Amino acid sequence: MSGLRQIAFYGKGGIGKSTTSQNTLAALAEMGQKILIVGCDPKADSTRLILHAKAQDTVLSLAAEAGSVEDLELEDVLRVGYRDIRCVESGGPEPGVGCAGRGVITAINFLEENGAYDGVDYVSYDVLGDVVCGGFAMPIRENKAQEIYIVMSGEMMAMYAANNISKGILKYANAGGVRLGGLICNERQTDKEWELADALATRLGTKLIHFVPRDNTVQHAELRRMTVLEYDPASKQAEEYRQLAGKIHANAGNGTIPTPITMEELEDLLLEFGIMQKEDESIIGKAASAA
Amino acid sequence: MSADVKTRNQELIQEVLAAYPEKAAKKRAKHLNVYEEGKPDCGVKSNIKSLPGVMTIRGCAYAGSKGVVWGPIKDMVHISHGPVGCGQYSWGTRRNYYGGTTGVNSFVGMQITSDFQEKDIVFGGDKKLDKMIDEIVTLFPLANGLSIQSECPIGLIGDDIEAVAKRKTKEIGKTIVPVRCEGFRGVSQSLGHHIANDQVRDWVLDKAESNHETGPYDVAIIGDYNIGGDAWSSRILLEEMGLRVVAQWSGDGTLKEMEKTPKVKLNLLHCYRSMNYISRHMEEKYGIPWVEYNFFGPTKIAASLREIASHFDDKIKEGAEKVIAKYQPMVDAVIAKYKPRLDKKTVMLYVGGLRPRHVVGAYEDLGMEVVGAGYEFAHGDDYQRTTHYVKDGTLIYDDVTGFEFEKFAEKLQPDLVGSGVKEKYIFQKMGIPFRQMHSWDYSGPYHGYDGFAIFARDMDMAINSPVWGMTKAPWKK
Repeated sequence: MSGLRQIAFYGKGGIGKSTTSQNTLAALAEMGQKILIVGCDPKADSTRLILHAKAQDTVLSLAAEAGSVEDLELEDVLRVGYRDIRCVESGGPEPGVGCAGRGVITAINFLEENGAYDGVDYVSYDVLGDVVCGGFAMPIRENKAQEIYIVMSGEMMAMYAANNISKGILKYANAGGVRLGGLICNERQTDKEWELADALATRLGTKLIHFVPRDNTVQHAELRRMTVLEYDPASKQAEEYRQLAGKIHANAGNGTIPTPITMEELEDLLLEFGIMQKEDESIIGKAASAA
Repeated sequence: MSADVKTRNQELIQEVLAAYPEKAAKKRAKHLNVYEEGKPDCGVKSNIKSLPGVMTIRGCAYAGSKGVVWGPIKDMVHISHGPVGCGQYSWGTRRNYYGGTTGVNSFVGMQITSDFQEKDIVFGGDKKLDKMIDEIVTLFPLANGLSIQSECPIGLIGDDIEAVAKRKTKEIGKTIVPVRCEGFRGVSQSLGHHIANDQVRDWVLDKAESNHETGPYDVAIIGDYNIGGDAWSSRILLEEMGLRVVAQWSGDGTLKEMEKTPKVKLNLLHCYRSMNYISRHMEEKYGIPWVEYNFFGPTKIAASLREIASHFDDKIKEGAEKVIAKYQPMVDAVIAKYKPRLDKKTVMLYVGGLRPRHVVGAYEDLGMEVVGAGYEFAHGDDYQRTTHYVKDGTLIYDDVTGFEFEKFAEKLQPDLVGSGVKEKYIFQKMGIPFRQMHSWDYSGPYHGYDGFAIFARDMDMAINSPVWGMTKAPWKK
């Protein structure tokens, strides 16, 4: 178990966490790594590109059917997909009922107790949007993920989320061993995106580990429920993911304790890059028609 | 009380406060005082969050709603909604006597829980609740209604128990009352009483239509939980004086009785703390006056009977006098027997929200003196009312900590401590006689004239037991 790398992908909802993580992990598998993906999102869409499935049966839905998690076997919840990547989804309630956070805790405990991590090189957690409660912080607690990779873009709210997630990591960094592995910028083609992401990484005491350019190949692959690595391994985009995978692989032990910044500092950063105008109080709260 | 006693009590308060860290001492100081005659209250703060790290004796909102207010309504099934522990470990802990056949038409003695499992937390428990209500209706067809008593997780995961209650009420045609009495709400069981009262208002009184025949002497007993049969020994007196007791809230009470209450002429309120809310509401909405009464000890019983009668005509007033006269020989006999054995004995009390003041008169009828009194969950208005009972110089302790209570007893050396089961053995091991004043130590009733005879016997039994002469350690010659 000493060689086991545990990593997690966090980031604002809709930023492309699941896509980025599955493509990157597919590239790691290509490098010969044995991978386990743990989806920690009630939507259960963290493994669809690996399994070519809409959504796999989740730990929690199977447990609810069987009675409790104690009634489940590991084989019931584990599916094997592209390049023998093992996949598990924690699952959770439909929106508006129950407690999805508790579901994540239950699922991860089940996997650990039943030896799901035996014989793999990488465990990767794919976690929903924001760290909204203790349950979604489960993967960053003691003895879980060693490095967190935050998927973000040059958009204000994505950067805001990245900063918030850093706060969550900081909270557990001193108690446990969790570190920030780096930022992954998933290009949205906003102004000065690379520069901004790089500057934010510096402020957070980490690095921009990779800038993933926007490429329609990703969309084509997704429509086929495939990773780019599998759909078009010779493509330029597949090469980007291979580079990212290589960097993550080489990044073992290089994670840092993040230094989150205040909201004002974040706005200052946007000013610095000319995204926001200084002293531009006049635009605040004004609709487009009023401008 | 002499100036010496006041000074000693003040010094005693300083002594216990000195043991605390500065911040804790500052906070606890507000809850401890020596009563000064003539003051409008006891000079203590109350209904404030307990300090972390102390041994507080308080309960939670669920205890206040399920355990106190709703639990004794005998013809309803009360669901402890959530994990099994809250219902299981509070099962049968309050001695609310009731008539009927348990499991057939009465359900007070039963513990019925939705027994939440992990999947109910993750996926929500509304479906389980829905199904459970169907099962209860099948198992207990004579149950006239249900209440849903929320345990903590229900509030955390946001289950919509009100929606379930509404839907199922329509389906099964019986009253279903959802109660949001999650234990983490409020600072003690007191908020649970309030929440429970509010739900009686919204889900019973507002929806009820009772076409029963009313009479000029209809009254309801409010806030008597029939511990050891208290409400029964109270009801006798009220009926003997000519009143018609239409409802008992909630000891040995029924849903139907609650529904009839908005048409009574007068509400008789015993436990002010737990049921003043609904009494005020009925006054406001239905114009029913309410009167606080006290059926502990002959002095207070007589005063209360006269006070109650003053709201009615001469027939009732005469009835009250007849009742008082009828029981006077019995009272005299009790006092003649026990007062010589109990005279000048001192008592320290620490109970919930009513009894620390209400029982003072009963002790005094036996020649005893209350030297210290405190409440678990009283509010400011309770401490105002306390001034009508306690003597100048009485030590007052709100939400007392285990440490303070022990220290106080050590110094005051009372002849009797009256408190709860958690306190009982500490004081008995200190060699101080003790009576449980929540459960009447598995005795009772203590209300009414019949209750007074039992009360006097029990206090004598505790204080004058020969066992206290045998507690000397054998190595202490």
